[in-house]
Amino acid sequence: MATLHPAPRFTLIDGLKATLAKALGDHLLEANEAHGELLFTVKRESIEDALRILRDDHKYQQLMEIAGVDYPSRAERFEVVYMLLSLTANSRIIVKCSASEDTPVPTVTTLWPNAGWLEREVFDLYGVLFAGNTDLRRILTDYGFEGHPFRKDFPLTGYHELRYSEDEKRVVYEPVELAQDLRQFDFMSPWEGADYVLPGDEKADTPPVDKPKTTEKPSDTGAGAKTDKQATGKVGAGAPDEKDGGKGAPAPEPTEDRPARAARKGKVGGSAKATEPKKKPKAPAKRKPAAKKKDSE
Amino acid sequence: MSHAMHLEESPTTGDEVITNYTINFGPQHPAAHGVLRMVMELDGEIIERIDPHVGLLHRGTEKLIEHKTYLQALPYFDRLDYCSPLCMEHSYVLAIEKLLNIEVPERAQYLRVLFAELTRICNHMLNIGAHVMDVGAMTPNLWVFELREDCLNFFERASGARMHSAWFRPGGVHQDVPEKLLVDIGEWLDTRLPELFGDAMSLVLDNRIFKQRNVDIAVVSKDDAVAWGFSGPMIRAAGIPWDLRKSQPYDVYDRMDFDIPVGTNSDCYDRFVVRVKEVYESAKIIKQCLAQMPSGPVASDDRKVAPPKRAEMKQSMEALIHHFKLYTEGFHVPAGEVYVATESPKGEFGVYLVSDGSNKPYRCKIRPTAFSHLQAMDFMSRGHMLPDATAILGAIDVVFGECDR
Repeated sequence: MATLHPAPRFTLIDGLKATLAKALGDHLLEANEAHGELLFTVKRESIEDALRILRDDHKYQQLMEIAGVDYPSRAERFEVVYMLLSLTANSRIIVKCSASEDTPVPTVTTLWPNAGWLEREVFDLYGVLFAGNTDLRRILTDYGFEGHPFRKDFPLTGYHELRYSEDEKRVVYEPVELAQDLRQFDFMSPWEGADYVLPGDEKADTPPVDKPKTTEKPSDTGAGAKTDKQATGKVGAGAPDEKDGGKGAPAPEPTEDRPARAARKGKVGGSAKATEPKKKPKAPAKRKPAAKKKDSE
Repeated sequence: MSHAMHLEESPTTGDEVITNYTINFGPQHPAAHGVLRMVMELDGEIIERIDPHVGLLHRGTEKLIEHKTYLQALPYFDRLDYCSPLCMEHSYVLAIEKLLNIEVPERAQYLRVLFAELTRICNHMLNIGAHVMDVGAMTPNLWVFELREDCLNFFERASGARMHSAWFRPGGVHQDVPEKLLVDIGEWLDTRLPELFGDAMSLVLDNRIFKQRNVDIAVVSKDDAVAWGFSGPMIRAAGIPWDLRKSQPYDVYDRMDFDIPVGTNSDCYDRFVVRVKEVYESAKIIKQCLAQMPSGPVASDDRKVAPPKRAEMKQSMEALIHHFKLYTEGFHVPAGEVYVATESPKGEFGVYLVSDGSNKPYRCKIRPTAFSHLQAMDFMSRGHMLPDATAILGAIDVVFGECDR
């Protein structure tokens, strides 16, 4: 696919994927090239060795970033993603490994000193453990924070909120209480991405019946034998009988004995006036001069 | 309390011995450039160890982005490094465009480069001023703030907002700029910037006190700069001519002719001078943008990504539907993952974007520039005096909106 986007253009050497895949050897699980990025998935135990090979033999001198990603549906739910940059070959690659809550990832602080904080961040936000990192404290969350907030099952609102209490003259922690519901809009088209059953769709799965329901006679109510019996002999409210419809029917009684309504008070005598075509309204006395002026124009 | 001040006596000379003690630098310290708490272990006035505590401004931006559509997430980037908001947006929109693989009109690319460079000037004005003030000078800060104000006015005229512009959009920019704005920027570059900035820098660059406070402070070797993941002016001051605008050009940077200033001594003074020189280089780039910028559309004509013009919506039902869908459901981005890094004024600002094919990012990891630099604070400050910590911090150019996210 031709590159149309204006995103940073770094060198993508032909055959780099194969070269690096060969260099990584047994450490490698999968090598991918997509969207102009080279992605290598390596075994968790050998992430340090793999990155050492890339740093020492393939000129990826800088570790720019370590990102955690959470895929709760996977057996090993976390991905730890390392972004490497080569200053001399002007190349970027992404190396990743998977981990779960209780499988520590070997630290790479032995290779890059700046990995310390990056690993601390992944630990803080996802709870991934890094074996060998001597300073695995929380980094971004509050002192004494519990839980790992960037996991997909951690609610967006969190569990605790804090405020300054004027009474106690200190910051107090309280359970989150939302003044209004958290607004979660579902803007996905129902026929594209709805994760709920649309009204009526539940019928689509109903299996076909052996004996279809018929209603040829009024007694075929389909509501059980008792109802069928009651309905037997009843005539449905279909088209009216010939003899009692149309012209023969007596006209309704006149309503002469109803007292006539009293005449309405006020100037308007009846409704006849209102139906007459409207005359041009006379301009009020006050505005006469202005009206005249208009006429002269 | 006199007994509490009792000092240990040296067994040999009988002099009073000062033992190491620990102080808190921040979180409310004017030279901490935000909410940074540094636990410092001092031997007298000599720094033995620094443990920076970050995260006091952590807002969970990345988590919030996961709950917003791609377009709704954009304004969060203005609030990361609030001193250079448009450069933050730049990485994000490029990451989306890389996943979508859409074409961006030339004029939009020029406008983006122009405003990214204007943002760089704006950012450096703040940092240069603050750095100078951290080491004791007052006047230059007031002068360069005038220039910063001018930049913010230009942003306002382009986007309507002084700081949180949200002006770069996937597929281009939000609106075209008035012709008069481009004229004014050109005039400003020719007259006001060189005059005012030149005056301000003439007070600082050769100033004896300023040099005493910065030269040979926090010298970092090339190897250390690479190993600690330095980028931007920090790595260039170490003598490595590494600039993503040159080596991995994005938008129309490959058509720009500019130089990369590098340091020789890799100290705080070099970092400062690199930034000063970069201001002039940015001005050069902006002038080239103004000269070369073609006319034409400023946003992609792919209606599945960029909204239609308002006038078109009054005429075309389809345009109206596109507008409605884009601002409610948003656009869908093909599944995949990219890491896109641009040269923000502070260094490499990266966005690792994971898409699952829906209208919201599955994961959006932001690579802040300050994380690597601040982490090196400990080894850079060791053996220096306590007041040097402010100079080192000023030369790092740290902003906590970005560091803590």
